[in-house]
Parts: sequence; structure tokens; C-alpha cells
Amino acid sequence: MKVLMSGNEAIARGAYECGARFGAGYPGTPSTEILEEFSKYEGVYAEWAPNEKVALEVGIGAAVAGAKALVTMKHVGVNVAADPLFTVSYTGTNGALVVVSADDPSLHSSQNEQDNRNYAKFAKLPMLEPADSAEAGRFVKIAFEISAAFDTPVFLRSTTRVSHSKSVVVTETPVPYEDRTELRINPSKYVMVPAMARIRRVEVEKHLQALREFAETFPENRMEINNTEMGIITAGMPYNYAKDVLPNCSYLKLGLVHPLPEKLIRKFASLVKKLFVIEELDPFLEEQIRAMGIEVTGKELFSYTNEFDPGVIAGAMMKKTDAAVKLPEVAIPPRPPNLCPGCPHRGLFHVLGKMKTTFVAGDIGCYTLSFMKPLEGLHSCVCMGASIGMAHGMSKALGEKGRGKVVGVIGDSTFIHSGITPLLNLAYNQGDAVIVICDNRTTAMTGMQEHPATGYTLQGAKAKELDFQALAAVLGIDSVRVIDPYDLKNTRTVMKEELARSGSSLVVSRRSCVLFKRRYTETRKPLRVNVNKCIGCRNCLDLGCPPIAWRSFKDQPANEIIKNAKKQEGNSYIDADLCTGCTLCRQVCKVGAIEEVE
Amino acid sequence: MDKKGKKAGKNITGRVISVLMAGVGGQGILRASDILCRVIMEAGLDVKKSEVHGMAQRGGCVTSHVRYGQKVYSPIERKGNVEILLAFEKLEALRYLDYLKHSGRIIINEVEIYPPAVNLGSMTYPDNAVDLVRHKFSTVMVVNGRDLAAASGNIRTENTVLLGALSQWLDFELDIWERVLKESFPPKALDANLQAFHLGRDYREG
Repeated sequence: MKVLMSGNEAIARGAYECGARFGAGYPGTPSTEILEEFSKYEGVYAEWAPNEKVALEVGIGAAVAGAKALVTMKHVGVNVAADPLFTVSYTGTNGALVVVSADDPSLHSSQNEQDNRNYAKFAKLPMLEPADSAEAGRFVKIAFEISAAFDTPVFLRSTTRVSHSKSVVVTETPVPYEDRTELRINPSKYVMVPAMARIRRVEVEKHLQALREFAETFPENRMEINNTEMGIITAGMPYNYAKDVLPNCSYLKLGLVHPLPEKLIRKFASLVKKLFVIEELDPFLEEQIRAMGIEVTGKELFSYTNEFDPGVIAGAMMKKTDAAVKLPEVAIPPRPPNLCPGCPHRGLFHVLGKMKTTFVAGDIGCYTLSFMKPLEGLHSCVCMGASIGMAHGMSKALGEKGRGKVVGVIGDSTFIHSGITPLLNLAYNQGDAVIVICDNRTTAMTGMQEHPATGYTLQGAKAKELDFQALAAVLGIDSVRVIDPYDLKNTRTVMKEELARSGSSLVVSRRSCVLFKRRYTETRKPLRVNVNKCIGCRNCLDLGCPPIAWRSFKDQPANEIIKNAKKQEGNSYIDADLCTGCTLCRQVCKVGAIEEVE
Repeated sequence: MDKKGKKAGKNITGRVISVLMAGVGGQGILRASDILCRVIMEAGLDVKKSEVHGMAQRGGCVTSHVRYGQKVYSPIERKGNVEILLAFEKLEALRYLDYLKHSGRIIINEVEIYPPAVNLGSMTYPDNAVDLVRHKFSTVMVVNGRDLAAASGNIRTENTVLLGALSQWLDFELDIWERVLKESFPPKALDANLQAFHLGRDYREG
């Protein structure tokens, strides 16, 4: 059947069709939908793990027991999972293990732009790279075959554009599921103490060599010989961009990007007059081809940064700039992502942003957006879990100078991902920072995924809810408080009190994400501005809430202007269609001008 | 049908046609482009589409590229090569104008959604967005999607109204559109969406 599928849906479908029934991962754009879709298929067991390292270890266990296991994560998740990854390449996998790394060229939704093809080389693992949804579905099947045949984990690398673009996939009837799991004990293969790891180390080089041979005749490493003036070696999505712009060139399209087929590359190079490599991010193919002694043009023409598109190819290869029409000469206000109306983070970060002498170490989540004007309540973001360790390190380094001035903020899912050990460290090493868990009861940024504190699993089973207060107590945190970030006064009071006391503190700022329908069930009346009271002080605008707008008197008919203060230049307006009635603006209004819509 | 608007559709050979939808998170753009893709597939053509999820959902710009023809490689179009821009919001029409060909055509939804800088009073929302577009392109259709959606009985059908307007310029048969719409909406929302589609399809400017 022909179906329009995203790359992520196609990966899930392909894994299911070839008999994989086991999946684990941690949500992260652009990888999230793979496991969500996979988990919906009949007979599949799939789980969200607390982080990518755990997910991979779960996958390794399943594979060693004989299962075909699919493990999914975004590119930076592989950093977290790198520890087991580099050693499972030694042990091999018995069943089959495919690790999907979804990279994010252009950092659409990430903190860095790392090229995870380097991991394949570094961890000595084969890596396949599909160019569209049909290939994504086909390649995941090949990945499972290679994993089983060569007894090695296999990487499937996607990028945002492959994961989130949709194209036509022809679905196939799934092969009948075969249960090959059994308890097998084989210490010489799976106990990686030095003596045995040294032996397995040699096996790794042997199967990599075998994979090099395999790559030479692998049908997804394919030559398309057309005009031989220009030959292009490429892989993944950039192949499509190049084909769009340069349909008549010759191509060597690599389906397997590690290890490379040297003989095939030499052959292709000999068939064309000038050889180019078109690849996003690092010169991963180019450097290896150059090391073969083959003359090739790549990064002289193409950028190391950002994803490509057909325009980039045209610009580099044909020196053609494409924009036919210049943008009108008018300032187009940008539209950056913003916290939603009614977002529970807004109250907390409004309070933190007003504490001008406090450093707020931030983390990965929707709340990271609070660094922007007008909230400006967050001052760093490095990686998942970094807030707590950084706050602790900073407070230790500053000593007395930092007393009462260092805060770390972290989301509930992020805290579970990698905040627990740094919180333990804070308690153990007697740090002096205040840690806030922005507990919106879900993994909001990636689209409401379950985690160990939501009370449900990925497949909807009821689960135990992790109790943050009890956890903090057993870790040895001195003071634990819970606040409602919709209550600005109490939020401010508690933050001040906790900053004033010495020792470690945890504040759980708890209120459900407004988009999380299972938890957020209240209906509140929207608010409006009473222009007979508004003095134009702009306090409400400081919240950066999307429904609240400034209306300058300059843009209002003279006979409609109502002035309530001497120097008033305009008044605020609330779009009742967008307002959720969270009341933060009413709390910051000093003249009581904000009231419920009747 | 617009006097200048030749229909872009299935009778193409070796050519790939690109439609760019642009608007603001929450306007139903991804749903609309999914429907368009299914119509194209039903018409027997290859199609790819692309958009970026994630942080862009939170009040940010949302774009969806839809490209179709006998064989499509790239799911995104380069600047200067888009046939039709379907702008769900006036400011977003301006923002993506440089993706259009000289001969490109634009449908603009007569809606203003203020970005943060405008709400805060630090930038102004251009009051002449439609004029600026008309100044550069000869074929511009301005639709009040909100009013037509309201007329359909369900204000959430704004995206379907715009699809109806777009269908005027695309050469796909009405029964394909209707069939795909029927498969795309739950029964209780279907009537309003079908009506919204026809309000858009029958809309004529002026």
C-alpha cells in the first residue's frame, strides 16, 4: 500500500515489518516519533527510558537475550549513551541491535550541531544513512540484517529533514514474528574485563574488515553514471538536493557511510573528470576519500555549518543565487518561539528575572526560552542536567560572594534524565545552591511524553510516580519546598527564603503544562484590561505573555483615548481568545485594571 | 478561476511544482499540507513535503513545503522557485516572498497575529503588507479565512477555507478533494470542513 510517511514513521514501520518487537529510547527532536509510532504496533514492547544511556543498555540486554532491538535518540543523546556504545561494539549483540541517531543540522531544536557520523568511526560501528522515508523504512531492515550477520550494533543516521519530511512509502506485509529469545550465558563474549576485551577488540577489527568487503558490493552504495564531466559522492538528504539541481551529473550515492567502499570509490573517481563530495556538516566522507589519495572538491565550496537545501547546491556548484524577488524594504518583526499563554514556567521565571543579582543556571526544556526578553530569568544552557552541577560548581567557586545568589533550574523530565546524580553531588559535597524543578508533569517540549514521574508508561500502563520531595530527602537535600508558579507572591517568598538560608535546597515548582490535557483540566475565565483603570505602566507586558499587547495612544483615535496617569502613552490589551486566565498579569497589575471577562 | 492563474496540476511532465504554506504555530498548517499531499497522491503523482517540528510550534513561524510531479527528489524548495505561496497570516506572506518565482502567485489570509516585538511595542506591524505583496506580484488573492470559517459554522476550519482557495489554482478534481477531506476529519467536524472548503473554492475577490 502507498502511504505518505515521515522518515520517523517509516523507520518504525520498517522495524516492525522485519520482525523487531522491542524498542527503547528517550524523547528528543527530531527522533521522538520513531518510538511513539513503533510502540503502537501489535505485539511491540517499547519503553521510554529515563535517558539514552539507560535506553541503550536496555536495548543491549534485549539483544543479548536474542531480541531484535530498536533504540532511538537524538544526536546529543548519543553522547549520553556513548559509554555502553563504545563497548557493545566489542561484545556484539547476539540478536540484533539498531541505534537510531537523529541529527539536527541547523540546530532547529538542539544545543549543538554535532555530526554523529563521527561516532560510527569512533565506536567502530557500521552506519546507514537514508535519504527519504522509503529508504528509511528499507534501511532499518538492512540495519537489522547487518547487525545479525556481523554480530555488531548498527547505526541508522537520520537528520531533521529525513525524520520530519514526508514522502511516499510502499508498506509491506510484516514477516511473521519469530521468538528467538532465550537465556544464554557466554562470559567470554560479554564480560569485558581487560583479558577478554583484548580478544574482542581484535574481533571488532575483523568484522569491520568484513564490512568493508560487504560495502563494495552493497546495492545501496550505488553508482548512477550520466554525464561524466562531474561526479558527485553524497549520502542522505543532500543527495536529493543535488539531484534536484544537477540531474545530469554522475552520482555515487552511499547508503552505508561507514565503513566506506574504497574500491568502489576509486572506480567511480576513475569514471568522472572532476570529483565532488556533497555532505552537510563535517568533511566526513571527504577526508577519508582524500586519505585514499583521491583528488576531490568538497568543503572548499560547501559550508561546515547548517543544513543544505537545493539553493545551497546551486550556489556552490553553479554560482547561482536564486532569490528572484527581494524582500520588501520593511522591517518584518521576527517571530521567535515563546512560552505559551498560561505556561506555568512564566510565573517562576518572572520572579527569577526580577532577582537581578542572581545567576540562574538553566537546562534543556521549554523554559530555556525564558532567557529572552522580557523575562530574562535564565543565564545558561549547556546540556541535559547541566544546571544542577553548574549551580553547585559556581556556588563553590564563588564562596561567600555567591551566597544566596546561585539558582539551578531544571524540568521534571530533564531532572530524571540526568539531574539526580548532580543533586546527590550537591547534597554530598554540601553545596549552597537552590535547585528548582520546573515540574510541568510531562516531557512538554517534545510533545507530552511519559516519564517516571507521570504515572504512566509509553504504552499507557499505570506506573509508580516518582516522588521528587521524597527523593530529595533521601539524597540528603537540606530543605525541600513545593510551590505553585501561578502564585507569584508565594513563589517570590519561597525563593527568597531558600536563597537566604545556607545549605542545599530543592524547590518543586509544580503546575501542569497548559497543553497537557490529561493534567490540565481547569477552565478559567479569560481576562481583559479595564481601560478606565489602566495607567500604561507595562508591568503586565513584562510577562511576555502572547495575548497581552501594547496599544499606543498614537494609534488610537483621539476621542477614544482614556488617560489615567499623567505621562501615560498607551494601554495594555488582552486577546481574550488566547488568554487562559492564569491571572499572572492581574497579580502584577498595581491598579487592579485587569479583570475577568464576564 | 483567476484570469491570470493557469492551473498548476497533474498535467505536467518532468516538472516539479512547489507550494509553500507559511503561518504561525496553531493555525493548522501541517494538517492542511497533509491533506494537499494526499490529494496529490490520489491524483497519481509523486509528492514530498517538509516542515520543522519542535520549538517552532511554540508561537513561532511554521512553514510547510509541498513539492509534486512525476518524480520528486528534494522535500524543500529553494528561494526563487516556489510556484504558489499560501500565507496563513499577512506578516508571514512578507517573510517568505523571496521563495517565490517572478511569476509566482500568492494567497494571503487576511489575518494579523502579532509577534512578541509588536506586542511589546518595540516594533510595528506593517500596515501595508498586502500592498507590498501586490506591488511585487501580479497574482494575489486575499481571503478572509476567519470570516469564511465562521460562515461554515466552525471557526476552526480556517485552514480548510484556505485549502479551498488554493484548490482554485490547482488542477485536481473536486471529487478527489472531497474524498480526501472525508477521510481527514471525524464525522462531527466533516460538514463544517466541507462547507469551509467550498466557501474557499468559490471565493472570488472584489
